[in-house]
Amino acid sequence: MLLTLPEINLYPLLPALIPAVTAMLVMLADVLLPGKNKSWLALLALVGLAAASYFTVMLFGANLSAFNASIVADNFALGIALVILGAGAATILLSLDYLRARQLDLGEYLALLLGAVSGMILMALANDLIVIFLGLELFSLPLYVLSAFWRTNDRSLEAGMKYFLLGSFSSAFFLYGIALLYGATDATNLTKISAAASEPTVASNPMFLMGAALLIVGFGFKVGLAPFQWWIPDVYEGAPTPITAFMSVATKAAAFAAFFRAFMVAFPSAVVDWQFVLALLAVVSMTVGNVAALTQTNLKRMLAYSSIANAGYILIALVVGGQAGLSAALFYLAAYTVMNLGAFGGLVAMGQGDQERLTLDELAGAAQTKPWAAAAMAISLLSLAGFPPFAGFVAKFFVFGAAVNAGYVWLAVIGVLNSLVSVYYYLHPIVKMYMNPPAEGWAQAPARAPIFLAVAVIVAVLLTIAMGLFPGGMLNFAQAAMVK
Amino acid sequence: MLTVTHFTVLSAILFSLGALAVLIRRNPLIMFMGIELMLNAVNLAFVAFSRFMENMDGQVFVFIVLTVAAAEVAVGLALVVAIFRARDNVDMDEIDLLKG
Amino acid sequence: MSGDYFPLFVMLVVSVAFAAIGVGVSALLGPRRPTAIKGQTYESGMPSIGTARRRVWVRYYLVAVVFILFDIEIIFFYPWAVVFRQAPIFLLVEMLAFVTILLVGYIYVWRKGGFDWY
Repeated sequence: MLLTLPEINLYPLLPALIPAVTAMLVMLADVLLPGKNKSWLALLALVGLAAASYFTVMLFGANLSAFNASIVADNFALGIALVILGAGAATILLSLDYLRARQLDLGEYLALLLGAVSGMILMALANDLIVIFLGLELFSLPLYVLSAFWRTNDRSLEAGMKYFLLGSFSSAFFLYGIALLYGATDATNLTKISAAASEPTVASNPMFLMGAALLIVGFGFKVGLAPFQWWIPDVYEGAPTPITAFMSVATKAAAFAAFFRAFMVAFPSAVVDWQFVLALLAVVSMTVGNVAALTQTNLKRMLAYSSIANAGYILIALVVGGQAGLSAALFYLAAYTVMNLGAFGGLVAMGQGDQERLTLDELAGAAQTKPWAAAAMAISLLSLAGFPPFAGFVAKFFVFGAAVNAGYVWLAVIGVLNSLVSVYYYLHPIVKMYMNPPAEGWAQAPARAPIFLAVAVIVAVLLTIAMGLFPGGMLNFAQAAMVK
Repeated sequence: MLTVTHFTVLSAILFSLGALAVLIRRNPLIMFMGIELMLNAVNLAFVAFSRFMENMDGQVFVFIVLTVAAAEVAVGLALVVAIFRARDNVDMDEIDLLKG
Repeated sequence: MSGDYFPLFVMLVVSVAFAAIGVGVSALLGPRRPTAIKGQTYESGMPSIGTARRRVWVRYYLVAVVFILFDIEIIFFYPWAVVFRQAPIFLLVEMLAFVTILLVGYIYVWRKGGFDWY
């Protein structure tokens, strides 16, 4: 057998590589260095994420590819990578006090979180189905463990178990889709699949169509599209709250990045007519998510259904496709990340010790006992509901505007109607917090001011407002991201 | 004479059996075995395609899938043990705190 | 074609012969004075109690899992060994990077007490 050496160029891979190396450093530092207080490990992790962000920004505009074009660091992938790195850093800040209150091990948590960040970025950079699968598994496995991380809590364990079983079940379908596409086109590289699919005999091969359909199932599961959404409410409710925040934003960004790339590069719409199927999935996801969220009393569960609905909105951008769809999706993912982190951050800040207030009744009157956390949550929820002048409004405006411009008026109308329905459940907690008398048993002041948590929440809220007030800069960035 | 179709059909049958095991059985260990069977059905398909198209890539993917499967087993067994320690029962129908 | 397998056949013969000679010679030459106590299953151990078909301490599963993980990494050495001679330096460096990553995991398990099973 003759060996052809691959072109090794680690530079475009640095955004994924640095978090992975940092994870190993954290593991080694955790077990080899003495001392009981390991809080400084979080600083090490944050430095790693900052270094990765630096190289991500440096790579902008270069459009490098490596490893025989199985890694493509174009601006879209790098924009998604920045979103994921930011979500990772915010999650670390949200977690510090949460973990301490529950006496959970910080070093292990950070290593798993950094591993997940690395896998997500790898998935965003991937231009080859096998690399996408590797990235998918590299972030899924740590997330299974992180969901069950609070292992003396039955709900956390149950969430981890359910996520694991359904997650690996869906990965198997995804992988089978890859195998069928490989059999039909003799390639796993997306560009090569696209070239092979231009032959009518390949494009009409049932194996090829089946493979593409199984990819939709796999991606749909990871981003939480209905009808592949059954796991989301249970897992989001049971997992530790900072992890729920991380999963809801970063998993979505990574999986959508690969989803977009796979369907825009490998299956151009001229070859496979998948737009209608995806439009149908978008409608079902928006409707199922929003209607189910109406009756929820637990805020984590409500935000879980809201994340299903938001996956539907983002899918509209994929149906639209092209420059307009990609830039709208990138803006929406960035906006969704900051406002969802703000909402979950506020929710973490509401807790005391290892107690959390998650239901509407527990949150009643929270504006009096925790005014800052309540304000942060109120702004984030208003933004999620799509009120101006917040990021959520602009994001929805771009996505629906792109749909109208591309001739999908009916899809935009269904999206707007869904947004109107969602206003009810986003406003309900705000009314409870501000209009109702305080729930009993919650002290006025926290025992210790959670500084890191406050920093993360304040940054998220400020970005939510900034992206709503000055969307121009961010949109220019998102549009520049598409130019090849 | 064996053709690639034979292998494709066999792998599809194995994959469906694995999926059925996950859907029907309620013991997480049996469900893992179903997932493993699904992954190995994929491996069979990869090797068969690789052999008949004379493209070595498929065999490399099998190595990657094997490693991923091992990592999944490690995580899954750890979760089963953690749940068993916490509640002395791992039947998936009785793990139902989260619903609604 | 069959000549390719000749070294394998030689290895098979040698390994069977080695084991057979070791067991056979000690059986022929070694002194044997059986007593009732020596005939027990665990001669110098504790008297055996109950059945062997009972639950094993759950701690052992950790060792098993760690074994599976490190064991499966070995498969990457096979394709590596097949092509090794074509680019020894490059491939050696690649494999060292791979082993270093494994080593980090090993150190972590070791220092976390994953191998303490008493």
